[in-house]
Order: sequence, then C-alpha cells, then structure tokens
Amino acid sequence: MKKEPHIGLFIPCYVDQFYPQVAIATLELLEKLGCKVSYPLGQTCCGQPLANAGYERDTEGSSLHFIQLFEEFDYIVAPSGSCVLHVKEHFPNLPGKEKSAIGIQKKIFELTEFLTDVLKVENLKGAFPKKVGYHSSCHGLRGLRLASSSELNIPHFNKAKQLLTNLDGLEWVELSRSDECCGFGGTFAITEEALSVQMGKDRLADHLSHEVDVLTGGDLSCLMHLEGIAKREGQKVEFMHIAEILNQAIR
Amino acid sequence: MSHPKAATEFLKDQANSQWHDETLWMIRDKRDASSKSIPEWEELRNLASEIKDNVLSNLDKYLEQFEAQALKNGIKVHWAKDAKEHNEIVLTILQEKNCEAIVKSKSILTEECHLNPYLEKQGIEVVDTDLGERIVQFLHQPPSHIVMPAIHLKKRDISALFHEKLQTEKGNEDPTYLTNAARLHLREKFLGAKVAITGVNFGIAETGEFLVCTNEGNADMGVHLADTHIACMGIEKIIPRRKDLGVFLRILARSATGQPITNYSSHFRSPAKGKEIHLVLVDNGRTRQLAREKFKNSLKCIRCGACMNTCPIYRRSGGFSYGSTVPGPIGSILSPGLDMKKYSTLPFASTLCGSCSDVCPVKINIHEQLYEWRQEITKHHGAVGKGLSMKLASGIFKSPLAYQFSGSLMRKVIKSLPKSVIYNPLNIWGKSRDLPKAPKESFQDWYKRNRHE
Amino acid sequence: MSSREEILNSIRGIQKENKALPDIPNFQLEGDLVALFKSAIQANKGEILGKKEFENWIASTNFQHIISCSEAFHTYATQELPDDAHQLDHLELAILEVQFGVAENGAMWLDDSQLPHRALPFITEHLVLILSEENLVSNMHQAYDRIGSDHSGFGLFIAGPSKTADIEQSLVIGAHGAKSLRVVLL
Repeated sequence: MKKEPHIGLFIPCYVDQFYPQVAIATLELLEKLGCKVSYPLGQTCCGQPLANAGYERDTEGSSLHFIQLFEEFDYIVAPSGSCVLHVKEHFPNLPGKEKSAIGIQKKIFELTEFLTDVLKVENLKGAFPKKVGYHSSCHGLRGLRLASSSELNIPHFNKAKQLLTNLDGLEWVELSRSDECCGFGGTFAITEEALSVQMGKDRLADHLSHEVDVLTGGDLSCLMHLEGIAKREGQKVEFMHIAEILNQAIR
Repeated sequence: MSHPKAATEFLKDQANSQWHDETLWMIRDKRDASSKSIPEWEELRNLASEIKDNVLSNLDKYLEQFEAQALKNGIKVHWAKDAKEHNEIVLTILQEKNCEAIVKSKSILTEECHLNPYLEKQGIEVVDTDLGERIVQFLHQPPSHIVMPAIHLKKRDISALFHEKLQTEKGNEDPTYLTNAARLHLREKFLGAKVAITGVNFGIAETGEFLVCTNEGNADMGVHLADTHIACMGIEKIIPRRKDLGVFLRILARSATGQPITNYSSHFRSPAKGKEIHLVLVDNGRTRQLAREKFKNSLKCIRCGACMNTCPIYRRSGGFSYGSTVPGPIGSILSPGLDMKKYSTLPFASTLCGSCSDVCPVKINIHEQLYEWRQEITKHHGAVGKGLSMKLASGIFKSPLAYQFSGSLMRKVIKSLPKSVIYNPLNIWGKSRDLPKAPKESFQDWYKRNRHE
Repeated sequence: MSSREEILNSIRGIQKENKALPDIPNFQLEGDLVALFKSAIQANKGEILGKKEFENWIASTNFQHIISCSEAFHTYATQELPDDAHQLDHLELAILEVQFGVAENGAMWLDDSQLPHRALPFITEHLVLILSEENLVSNMHQAYDRIGSDHSGFGLFIAGPSKTADIEQSLVIGAHGAKSLRVVLL
C-alpha cells in the first residue's frame, strides 16, 4: 500500500509573525481534507525580499536551510503564491545541492493549486454567504499561473474561483480590472511609496465599488497592503485569506 | 530625478494622473479585445518570438544579406557604430544636398541618438511631422510614450500652445480644429522639404526592403515629396523573409492601439526615378546588449508600446518619470544596458507583476529581465551607488522590510512603540497605511503549544 | 576598420545558439470575406460603396481637381498627371485601383504599377480605391503569399483614411493624408 503523503507546511515569515490565524487555517484546512501535515520548526524568511532587491546571491544560506527543513516531505504547501514562486524560480546557485533544489521546486505548491491540482478537490461542502472580491496576486497569477491572466488569449480558468464558487451562498464579484497589481511589490512598497499607495487605493476602490463584504486573496503581502490602506481610510470591508474562508466554510 | 521622486510629483496632480491611468488602460482594453478576436493570437506571439530569436542568432548574416539586396535595389547603405556616427552621417548627407530644413517622421532611434539638437546646432531646421511629436517639439520636450508622444498633455495645453505657435483661436480646444491647424502648418513644411527622415519598423533581409508604418501618413507625405529619403534603422529591426511580415503586421498595431493594422504600411525597396534613399544602420549599444545572454532578447522589441499601456507604474507615473528615451518596462531593461549608472533605479520601478511580459507580442520576458538587472546593478553598487536614490541604497538594501519581520522582535516593537517612533522603513509604510495588528503569539509558538509533541 | 566591419565582427564574436526559423502555418479566416472586409473598412473609418452609390456620390460633389488612374472610372478625371508631385497639392480627389484587399483588417495593396506618383494617395484630400470582390484574401499571410516575390520599388497597404488621436486620444480623421477613404467594391 502506498504510504500516505506527508506535507510540509511552509509558513512565510511575515505570516508566522503577523497572521498566525491564516497559518492555523491552512493547517486545519489541509487536515480536514485528510492530509498528514507537519510544520517543521525553525523556518526563516525564504529570501524573497533580498532576491527581489537584487541580492539573490546572498540568499544561499536561507535556501540551503529551506532545503534542509523540507527535503524529507512529499509535498510542500504554503498559503502564499509569492514565496512559492521565489522558491520555484529564484533560488541562487547552490553548488552540490542542485538536485535537492530541483526536488524542492518540483514538490512545492501554493495552497489553492495544491487543492485543485494535487488533491483534486472538486466539491467542497460548505457555506460562505457573503459577497467576495478576490485579489489575484501577480506572482500567483502570472508566475504560478493560478488563473488565466487577462492579457492572454487562452481558455479562462481560476483555481481560487473554482474553489470559492463551490461554497453555498458565496457571491463571486467580477472586478472592473480583473487582475491589476495592488502595488505592494515587496521593497517597492517602501522605495516607491507614493505609487505603491496609489495603486493600492485604486485596487481597493475597484472592490469597494462592487460592494464586496470580504476582500480575499492567496497572498497576505497584497492583503496586508490593501488592508493597511482600507483601515487608514476607515473602510469597513473585511479582509480574509482564502484559507480562512475555506476553513471556516467547510467546518 | 530618480523614478520614485518623479512619480511622486506626477501623482500630485490627481485628476491628471487618474486621466493618464484610465486613458492608457482603455488602450490596453482595446488591445485585449483586438487580440482576442484572433483565435491564433498566442500562436502568432510564439511565431514572432521565434522569428526574432532566429534573427538574433544570425544577425550578422541577415545584415549582410539585407545590405546586399538593398544595394542591388539602388539604396545607399551606411553603418553607424554609435549615435555620434549616426548623426554625422545624416549631417553629411544633408550638407551634400545643401539642405537646411528637413521633415522627420517618428523614429525612436533618432530620439535615442539626439539627432534633433545635433542638427539644430548645425543650423538645420528639423520638423517632426507626427502630430504628437510636433506638439512635444514645440514644447522642447521629448516624447513621453513611444506610440503616443503627447499622451501626458491635455487639450487645453495643446490649445494654448497652438494659439501661440500656429495662431489658432484662443481657447478653442476642439481636437479636430487643432489637428486641422497642424495639418495646414505641416503641409507647408512637407512641400518645402528636400530631405525627409523616417524610422524603420522592419527591414527584410530577403528583399532589402524596409517598412514604415503610420496612421497619419506623415512619413509618406515627407518622403514622397522630398528628393532624398534617409531611413534610420537599428540593426535589430531585421526580419528574414517578406512573409514574416504577415505575422508582425497582424500583431503590431493590435498590440499598440488595438486597431487591426496601421492605416498605412509602406514598403520601400527602391527609390523613385531621380530620387535617393539612404539607409543608416545603427548599432549604438545593440551588439553589447546582444552579448548579454540574460538581456539580449530585449532586442526583439518591435516598439508597440503595449508594455507601457499595461504597466500599472507607467500609467501612474508618466513617461518622463523614467528619464530615458524609451520609457516603461521595455525601457527599463534597455536603458541600463546603455548606461547602468544613470538608469540604475529603473529596474526597481516595478512590482515585477509580469503584465508587460504577458502583453508583449514578441514574448520578451520583461519582468524577469527587470529582476536580473537588479542582480547586476547591486553587484556594481559601489560604482553606481550614487545613481541609486539614498532610499534604495541605505534604507532598504541593508535592512529589507521582511528581514525585520522575520524576528519576533518586530512584533514586540510594534506592540510597544507608538507609530511615530517606529524606525525608517516602517515609517514610510505607515504614511498612508496602517500596520497589521500584532497578534499575541506567532504561529510557531501556537504550533508548539497545540501540535508539537 | 570600418564601422560596418566593426559591427559585423562584434556580432560574429558573440556565442549564439542557433534558433531555427519557424514555418508559418496557413492560418485562415472563418466567415464571409466580403462581409468581413466591409466591417473592417468601416471600423477603420472608411466607407464602402457600390458602383452606383459611388457615381451618385461623385455627382453630389463639386470637385474641380480629380485624378483617376482607374480605367473604369477614367471619365471622372478633370486633369492629367503633373510631372512633379508638388503640383498635386490642391488635388481634391484621387481614384486608384488596388491589387487586392485583406478581409481581416481592410488593408488594400497597391504598388508602383498603380501609383504614377507615390505621393498620390497621401497628398489628395479625398481618396477612392477601386477593388473587385474577387480580389479579397483572408488575412496578412495570404496577402504576402499573393504579393509573393513581386518586385516593385514601392508597395503599400492602405487600410483607412489618415488619422490621429494624438490630442487626448480623440480620434480625428485627416491628419496629413487623405481626409476620407471610400472603397468602391465591384
């Protein structure tokens, strides 16, 4: 009999520190779906901020650490498209560890794609009777191809939508600009503060004009940015990571 | 001015920046609709990309073939290794023809070479004949967009400008009226010019012909009335076969503005009887870029401008914020190849959202090259450090935001300190955004308590 | 060393993986070519006329300066071709035949054999192009198949009247070239 696959839960550093409830929801959700999940202790930043700032070569240490922590698992799952993309595409040269790196890169998945592509979840039983706006993170969308981007002339698909619209009562909102960037962009949020905030305001306004109850997404970095603006503006919209919605709904 | 500073300035006029964003987004929308009317669109992008890959791997052979055919067709071919030589070649031709006034249609290459100021210094009148280019020329500005040179201006600005330069009625902002005034003004220039300069959209190795595409018809008005046509062409504009145009003409205008084809696509092969065509082939850094494995395919660019229209940064910061001849995403991967120090902030003027790569009709991996330029620029930190804004150099590189997040320290700091004293990066974050509420414990702590045996 | 040699040598000196030139599939356009062509021309802000409509239209105008290079419509010409294209400045109407049209985008092909002066379709105030329905091809691939290896000093696709949107993206017809385009479809 085939051994039950063992999933290593990868929780990005800022999720660990600021959004533990999302990490818990991810863990509980996977467990509810019958997965054997472990969270290897001692996780650090995957190195993405440094790499995107132009210092990929300095992420050797964090990458080797990552490999060491996760090599034993059958799958690695994270509630973040952005960090998964970094591991998949932007590990630095790791002399002597190339095979391990490729192994890691093949078995790492963002949460929603793990649900739709590996677990083949089709009929989630649950309810979430709210109007939901979904923010596609660019790294998830155009990096991991979690949905068809609006630029391409290919058949439409959206893995998050596929999951969410299964839930009873959930009203999926089509935005005016379906997948424009929110302006977070890592260090961009600081180095290009004015632009970053303007992009965030514009993205938020699109959701608000469609009167969403909940603004969700697969990347907390985008949601942190959008929520930060919404709070400063005194907007009442609720922010939830997609893992929280799914975990709550299929209770 | 660094990109962040220029962008901040641009955003200060909210009504204008919003108009800029929405107008360019509308063009991106048209491009989407137009591309989706072609079932084989993605196949065409693949073909265009493959044809250009083939060109880059055989550029020397195609250039020689192109030159041989062009010479056979009676075209005079010149080679310029840089902007200076290009300008000198053009000047020499003008001097031979005793020409003191020329008309010029849109050519990003001549912008790149700063041909206009060079010729003007020699006492030659240069008239840009594309309407948008004429407008910015009156204002002594460069184009802010490679397809829509005056997209940063409003009709009230143009009305005031034309009132001053062309004596149009004060306050008349009607675009049709203003365009007609420019038509009459430029008609005089067309009729008077002995030499006309154009850019080149495509050069065909197989036939030695070259294409110039416009909607206004200004390139043709110029060259067919002049005795001498000077066409300035970057060496990367070569394509192998005439039939390759079938691919490129289907994607160029659709990507640029959403229209199915430009209203005029002119194929120049031989001069008309009694006239001359000079073709100037220009390197100016292109062979250097070709030698950079990670960046060479930026040379596949066909200058459609789609990456500008889709770029959420470009739309909200305007073309001038880049300070480079070619602005926007493609400019941010081309310009550091010309001068890494001067353009060191451009690859950082991006969230790496990847929309540019997905609209690109020749499938240049623009956002991946932006990432790669960041890796290069930081290697030369000492040399280019001064070009980087201090914010970039000291604030972030030494202490990336998320590195601060990664210790439990930050959680405690946020909890215990008022916002105003939280140090620099977070301070910037907090100007217009709240920080997340610090939770009681991290996930790791929770996991240890709840799941770890 | 000449700049030519310098440029070519530096290209030759670069290690390059040879990437093959792809074949271009024979893409076809679904649908009625005439209907598609008509809607393409209209979208490009041109107008489609039948022979009768054209005759009515031209009768309604009061043009004094007309040049016709079309055998079928030669009688409308009010003047002969001047030697110098500059003398075409006051031309009100040019009537030209085209070789073929492209249904997908409305582009029509002319070369030196239709153009006694290359400036003609640009300098005229109004332009009429004569096209026979049987000379429609579906898309640009077929267009270049049709042109084949024809050798003309100048060739041109015209798809609409001269236009610009350089002032606030407001479309204006008649920037420098012809202010209107009419296609007489025979």
